[in-house]
Parts: sequence; structure tokens; C-alpha cells
Amino acid sequence: MNERALVAHQFDNAAQQRDAATLGMWIFLATEILFFGALFVAYAVSRIRYPEAFAAASRLTDVTLGSINTAVLLTSSLTMALGVRATGLRARRAALGWLCATALLGIAFVAIKGVEYRHEFTGHLVPGFDFGYAGPHPAQVAMFFCFYFAMTGVHALHLVIGIGVVGVMLVRMWHGTAGIGDRGDLGYESIEMTGLYWHLVDVIWIFLYPLIYLVSRA
Amino acid sequence: MSPASPPVRDSYLDAGYTLWSWLSTHDHKRIGILFAFSITALFFIGGAAATIIRLELLTPAGDLVSEQTYNKLFTMHGVIMIWFFLIPSIPSTLGNFLLPLMIGARDLAFPRLNLASWYLYVGGALFTIGALVAGGVDTGWTFYTPFSTMFSNTHVIAAAAGVFIVGFSSILTGINFIVTIHTMRAPGLTWFRLPLFVWALYATSLIFVLATPVLAMTLLLIALERWFGIGIFDPALGGDPLLFQHLFWFYSHPAVYVMILPAMGVVSEIVACYARKPIFNYKTMAMAILAIAVVGFLVWGHHMFVSGQSVYAGIVFSILSFIVAIPSAIKVFNWTATLYKAHVMFHAPMLYALGFVGLFTLGGITGLFLASLALDVHLHDTYFVVAHFHYIMVGGAVMAFLGGIHFWWPKITGRMYSDGWARFAAILVFFGFNLTFFPQFLLGYLGMPRRYHAYAPEFQVLNVLSSAGASILAAGYLLPLVYLLWSLRRGAVAPANPWEAKGLEWSTQSPPPKENFRQTPIVTEAPYAYAPPIEVAK
Amino acid sequence: MLELPLMPDRASALARSVDTLLFVWLGIGGVVSAAIVVVIVWFAIRYRYGSPANRAMAPPAVQRRRNNRIEVAWTVTPLLIFIAMFGWAARLYVVHAATPPGALDIYVVGKQWMWKIEHPGGRREIDELHVPAGRPVRLLMTSEDVIHSFFMPALRIKQDVLPGRYTTLWFTADKTGDFHVFCSQYCGTAHSQMIGRLVVMQPDAFARWLQRGDVTRSMAEAGAALFRAHGCGGCHGQNSAVHAPPLEGIFGRKIPLADGSFAIADERYLRDSILLPKKEVAAGYAPIMPSFQGQLTEGELAELVEYVKSLASPQDSGNESSREPEPAR
Repeated sequence: MNERALVAHQFDNAAQQRDAATLGMWIFLATEILFFGALFVAYAVSRIRYPEAFAAASRLTDVTLGSINTAVLLTSSLTMALGVRATGLRARRAALGWLCATALLGIAFVAIKGVEYRHEFTGHLVPGFDFGYAGPHPAQVAMFFCFYFAMTGVHALHLVIGIGVVGVMLVRMWHGTAGIGDRGDLGYESIEMTGLYWHLVDVIWIFLYPLIYLVSRA
Repeated sequence: MSPASPPVRDSYLDAGYTLWSWLSTHDHKRIGILFAFSITALFFIGGAAATIIRLELLTPAGDLVSEQTYNKLFTMHGVIMIWFFLIPSIPSTLGNFLLPLMIGARDLAFPRLNLASWYLYVGGALFTIGALVAGGVDTGWTFYTPFSTMFSNTHVIAAAAGVFIVGFSSILTGINFIVTIHTMRAPGLTWFRLPLFVWALYATSLIFVLATPVLAMTLLLIALERWFGIGIFDPALGGDPLLFQHLFWFYSHPAVYVMILPAMGVVSEIVACYARKPIFNYKTMAMAILAIAVVGFLVWGHHMFVSGQSVYAGIVFSILSFIVAIPSAIKVFNWTATLYKAHVMFHAPMLYALGFVGLFTLGGITGLFLASLALDVHLHDTYFVVAHFHYIMVGGAVMAFLGGIHFWWPKITGRMYSDGWARFAAILVFFGFNLTFFPQFLLGYLGMPRRYHAYAPEFQVLNVLSSAGASILAAGYLLPLVYLLWSLRRGAVAPANPWEAKGLEWSTQSPPPKENFRQTPIVTEAPYAYAPPIEVAK
Repeated sequence: MLELPLMPDRASALARSVDTLLFVWLGIGGVVSAAIVVVIVWFAIRYRYGSPANRAMAPPAVQRRRNNRIEVAWTVTPLLIFIAMFGWAARLYVVHAATPPGALDIYVVGKQWMWKIEHPGGRREIDELHVPAGRPVRLLMTSEDVIHSFFMPALRIKQDVLPGRYTTLWFTADKTGDFHVFCSQYCGTAHSQMIGRLVVMQPDAFARWLQRGDVTRSMAEAGAALFRAHGCGGCHGQNSAVHAPPLEGIFGRKIPLADGSFAIADERYLRDSILLPKKEVAAGYAPIMPSFQGQLTEGELAELVEYVKSLASPQDSGNESSREPEPAR
């Protein structure tokens, strides 16, 4: 695939470079799982301690927007996967289209999240910013929302970084300067790594969504 | 060795003389040296805190500094020494410099990521020093809640941010090392031909990537709790302080293996060379390294025997803590056995390495005292614990680090240092170290608690002995600065392999060229294939 | 004269057991460390570079077998020693985890930076703990702020003291005298000043000491006053219109909870019921009890707990041994 691809000086050949990039990305993904894992554990312990408070707090989240966002992100993973495939098949226009769609869906997710955050802000559900909750267990509801903002915030940060990376990939592909690409190659390696990252961000959301939105909404 | 040989002129040191060529380098060797400068600077800051602490503890009354200041001093000592010195020391200096050389590669897998690691270190250090300058932190390096989140009036969030940032430095280094070792070994260099230092860096990197993220999120939660008054860890708001302790120690126990495994790797390299013999049972040594890393993730609760965690949890963590000591014991025995029918030489690195074996044995055994449940109830949070971990970290890791610096100094700088002065410094360090920390075992059993600014009068004699030792130790640490730096200008020019050591790093010139090897080496023999006597340089 | 103690006072049977454990460890540790050092020095000298010692090695295959056997030997031997030492220490720990019946309860409240002690008879002390020799004493401890730890080196025990919950520590001191009490969990500015005295007295001297001081009423009597003042009797009293669990003889009983599980009505349960009444609702009762969080100090809570403990059920003779023993930690 990369017969005449550019190889960085520390690598002997393209295959070694490819192996290194792939392994590096997988290990990085493992660290991401540990990051979110720690947050999930802390959340889970708190939720077990305060089932009612967390259930009440969860019902204050916007499950409609959250569900739409889930659909958006899942679709973006689909477009990402199709974009990776198109790149591999050297279908430049298709690849550009799919990657563009991925980025746009990612932006849509962030925008919808922003709307949710705004609702929560005006609803006095942001701890530390005029938080006010009239029901029982306000401290634990605040705890829930602290986790909510921490987890979705860190997730959104990762998503924004992902959108940025996809944007850079798009620009490179457009100009044909994929860096590691030759005329016939669209920089497949980088796109594939980006895809792995994007899918992880999606997988994390798949865990976040039920944990946050679906508590006692079953 | 010919003393009149001219210095090498086309090494990595000659590939640019400007400051910018250093600050923008992608060369792993230069990055290793950048790290060496930074961690040395931080070491002396942490050491300054220790100096004031030991001066204060000369008398039972708290009469040198105020209580608040003392609390800030031991906090900064711990934060700096652990996160800004011990954890990065061997991996980011010696590891960065030597890993590609030892496996026959031209650089690490991701050179730019490597440079990012250094900048993250510097950024984290600046944040933490900023917290120090702005007034310090007084929570202890362990940041226990609810004191750190709800009660302390110091710059907790700034310090936590500094540690958060430097954690990413570790993670990136870990990713880099793992990928490099997996994908960039020279032809013929199979896993079981790797030097034990490489095995050690590999296991350390596994811990870096798996444990550090947990610390990062724990610090984030502390910061959020403190800033927004949430109660995840604060019982007054319905939270659980033990949750913090579990999350914190889940990282911080494996972190101690990050500090000791590379040191063990260094010791293996040195012992094999100056005994002119392969390390006894190399494969077992490699497996023991991995075993320590894996089992090390399962023992964190031994920091919490009296915390309020259940008796059952205590039993489980205790037995696992005993088990994790087995591979370490094996390593001590194997190093000793390596000397059997060897040809032992006593250059300074060997003195450091043998010192390591002895002190690590003592430190490790006292760890078992602490793993013993009924005994730990008495010893927890006393000076016994302080003595135990200093035996491992200072008597162990720092001695190995110094040994490694000396061992590879000719390779890194192209100069020879004075072995006479080096041996004197090693002996000074050994003696000073024991005088400083052995009395602390006694203090601990007597009941002197940790983190005490003032103490009961009957503890004074032992404290005075300890402080006296600290002054000798300090001298021992300052001495290498002098003669090593002196050697840069006036030391004899080093040949490629002054110790006639095995290992790919010795097959290239001293200092190495930018690309490490003129030609990619091909490996055909087992590691440490030392044959009987060849005279080596002094 | 140079004051250089090497061992702390030994004021209980447990202290002597722990010291024995220590001495055995010192023996093992000393022997092993000395052995390693001696062997290293011996090898280093005998096999120093250029020495005429015999270095002939067996053929590689033989050597490999020999080495593997040696490796197994010095893996299994430490493992067996470790298991033995683990077992001994764990057993001592577990045996000491359960408070024996008939222990004298004393309440300890840690706060930055002092220890407040209250005896059931009502006598209070600050930074001092008077106890009778020869009788099990159980400390019920909590913190008003951060985590502290109550450490008595002479007894070889300590226990972290947490805010929001009780932790317990029991001991039987068998030697009279004054001993150190230290806070051993860093708790802020004056952590090293949070120290005190454990005063072990002969039982009759202790009984006399309890009567002295400004003792006007016992903890249970103070608790009764609080019970009335805060209107607890309004629901829990016999003539109440509200359906609330009767408290007579409740202490130590197994309480069926609304979610189907059970709780033992120990001090922790009583304290939680006052502060977090919805946490463990008794079966057959509605969760209508208000929380008294923020309205009672730890001292007052302890007095209420002692009061409820003192309420005998109509049939119960008030025999303490009917209570279930509890874990010390």
C-alpha cells in the first residue's frame, strides 16, 4: 500500500513505521480507557452510595438531546469507517466526503452538547455556578452533576481534538500533501490512526450515555 | 586505551551548538540530557527542603521554622522528589539516551513525542515551583481528603495541576518506549537477547501507561471538589474519603515500582560488566521484572490497613504484598550468585551497584514488616515507614541512578571521570545514607509519627544521628557534580568501550554519532556474553 | 545522661505479641541481610579480578540444571517463610479485630487539633484518656473535620479516625502508668501538637477518678435530655401518634430493613439513623424521620447513642453480654 511512502529517519522501512504507529495508537487508546475508567469507578461508587439522588439528578438531564447525540456520534463513527475505507481504496472524493461528514457530525455533537450545557446553566444545575436544587439530597445531586460535567467535558475535549485532527487530515488530503503519502496514496496510515481514535471516543460515549442519562429511566 | 587520543568531533554533541538546537532537538540523546539538567535542578530543590527538615529535627521543639512552613517543606520534598525526580530519573535520562542504542536503533519510535515529554516535564515543574513560590502546599504528597479539598488554605490546585501535567510526560515516554522495544529491535535481537535494562524499561513503561491516567483523573476530581465544593470525597457532603485513598494508591503503589525497576535494570548491567559474567539466570530475571510490574498493581491496599477498610481487604492485600516480594528476592539472590566464580572489579559503578543490593535487601525486608498486618498497625504512619521507603528509593534507586550515570558517563560525554574521587563519593553516600536512615527504623518502632514538626524529647538522640548522616549524604551527592563536570573539560578522552562491556551501546563511538550507529548492528549472541579476563581502564 | 530508648513501653498482651513478631522478623531479616552482605563480600574478595581462585564451571547443560534447582530453592524457601509470617501476623490481626464482650466503651472525638474524650459516666477529658487496667476498653471514635489517627505506641495499636462515621479500637492495658498518645494521620498545621496521655490506672483508682471532676450526669442522662429537647419522643415515645420504631432494647438487635436486608443496631446504626435516616429504613416503617444533620455535635450524638443503648426492653434485663461483639475496625 505504501510502496513509495515517506519513511521517517528512525524507521528502517514503511512496514516498521506502520507497525509502530499502529501499536502506539493502541497503547494510547489503552491510556484513554484508564483515564475514563478512573472517572467511571469514582462515579459508580458514588452512584451505589446514593441511588435515589443520582436517579433524581439523572432525570434532570435532557435524555432527548442525549439520545440524539448518541445517534449523531454513532453515525459519525460509520462515516469515519467509510472514510478510512475510501482512503484505502484511494477514492479521493469519497474519502474527502466521508471525512467531512465525520467532522460535521462531530461539530453537531459538540453543538448539541453546548445546548444541553446551556440548559443546565440556566437551570442552576452547574455546581459552583449558582447551583440550586430544591429537591432532597442537593449535595449528592451536585455530586452527580460534577461527574456529569467532568466526564462529558473531558469526552467533549477529546472529541474536539478529534475534530481538529480530522480537519487537518482533510486539508492534507485536499492539497495532496499527506506527509506520508505519495501521489497515489492519500495518507492511509494517518487516516486509519485517526479512525481508531475516533472510534474510541465513540465507545466511551456509549458507556457514558447509559450511565448518565438512563439511570432509572429504564 | 590511549590517553593521547583526540576527542571525537562528529558526535551528536556536534550536531549544533546553539541553545535552540538543543531546545528543538528530536535526538533522543539530547533529550535525555535535557531531562538530566531538569531533574538535577529539581533534585536539589527537593534536597534543600530535606535539609531544612533535618535541621529542624535536630531539636524536639519546633524552633527553626513555623508549623505551617514545616508542613509545606515535607509536602514539597515529597512532591518534587517523587514526581519530578525519582519517577523520571532513570527512564527519562538514562532510558532515553540508551534505549535506542541498546537495541540498535537510530532513535525512539516517536522523537517529537519524546521532546513533548520534556516540555511537559518542564511545564509541570514550573507549575509546581510556582505553587511553591506562591506560598507552598501543606497537604503532604498524598493529598488526603477532606483535608486537601476542604480544609487546607494552600495552593493545592496549582500543585495538583503541576503533577497532572508531568504525568503526561510519563505517559508519552511509556508509549514511546513500548513501541520502540516492540518494533525497532536490530536484526537478531530477540526478546531474550535484550539487556535487562531494556526489560526493566519495558515493564516500567507498562506501568506508566496503565497507572498514570488514574492519577490524572484523581487529581482532576480533587481539583473539581476543591474548586466547586462538591463532596465526592468529603463526608460532610456525603462523600467517601476512602474512595480517594483507593484511587490515589492504585496509581501510587505501582509508581514505586516505576522508581525501582529501572534501577534494578541498571544494576544488572553494571554487575554483569564488572563481574565479567552473564547475570545468573537471565530469563528468570526478566520474568521477575514483569512479575513485579504485574503483581505491583494488586497490592495498593497495604497503605490502608488502618484506614477503615475491611479486615478482609487487609488480609488480601497483605498476602499479595508478600507475594510481590518474591520476584524481588529472586533478583537479589541472582545478583549475588552472579559474583560466584566471577572476576570482580571495584570501579565506582560497581560500588554503587553492590551498595544497591545490600540496601535494597534491607529496605525490601522492612517492607515485609509493614506488610505484616499486626505489625503494620503499630508501624503505619511512623518513621519506620519513612526509613523503609528511603532505603528503597534513596539507598536503592538513587544509588543505582548514580551508578548508571558513572557507568555510562564515558559513552554519553566521551570523557572519563576520576574513579578515585567517584569511589570516595560512593562510600561517602553509603555511609551517610545508613547513618541518616537506619536510626529512623528505631524511631518508628518507638512510635515517632511521620510529618511531625516537634517530637517527644526521648526521640532526640536518634534524630540527631539522622541529621548528622544527612550532612554526610549531602556531601556525597555534591561531590559527583564537581568531578563529573570537571571531567567534561579535563577528563581523559573516552574510547568507545572503556569497560570492555557487552551491549550494543558500547559498539559505537563515545559519544555516539547522531544516527547512533554508522551501520545497523546485527545481533548474534546472548546478552552478557562476557568471556574471561580482559584488562579494563581505571 | 544520653536518653536513647530502643523499645517503647509494653502495656498490653498484644504489645508483647507484636514485639515477639518483630523480634522474629528482626531475626529473619537480620540473618538474611547479613547472609547477603557476607556472601557478596566473600565472593567479591575471593573472586576479585586476578585472584587465583578456581573458576572452573560445569558444562553448560549441567550448570543450567543446577542453576534451575537453585532458583527453585530460593524461590520456594522465601515463599514458605513469607506464608508463615503472613499467617502469624494476619491471625494476630484478625483475632484482635473483634472486640471482646463486656468492653468498656469510651467515646473519642478528634478535631483539629485535640482529642475530646467522654466516658459513659459523664466525665470528660481533653488530650488525656484514663482507663482501668486489666479490662477491655473499646474506643468509639469519630472526627469533626479531617482524618486523624489515634495512636498509642505502648499498646502497639492505632486506628484512623474519620469524619462522618465511627471507627473502633479496643485494647486491654495491663500495666499502669502514663503513655503517649499521638495523632498519626497528618491533619494540618498543628498535627504534631495533637498529642496526649494514656493514663492506665488500677481499677479501683479508676472508679474513684470517674466520680471526680465536674460530673453532673452520665452520657445517657445527657442523651435523655437531648432526646426530649429535640422532640425525639414525639415520634418514638410510647404515646406517639406517629408510627415510629420503638427504641427500648433496640441496641444490638438485628433489624430487618425495608429493602429486605438486615442491619445490626450498633453505635454506627444509631448514629446513621439520626443523621441519615433514609439510609437504612426499618421494614414496616415509612421514611418520614427528619435528619438531624448539622443540629447535633459529635459529643451530643454520642450522648444520644448512649441514651438509646441504655433503654432496656420491657423483658430485657439489660445484660450487656446479649449484645453482639463487633469488629474493631
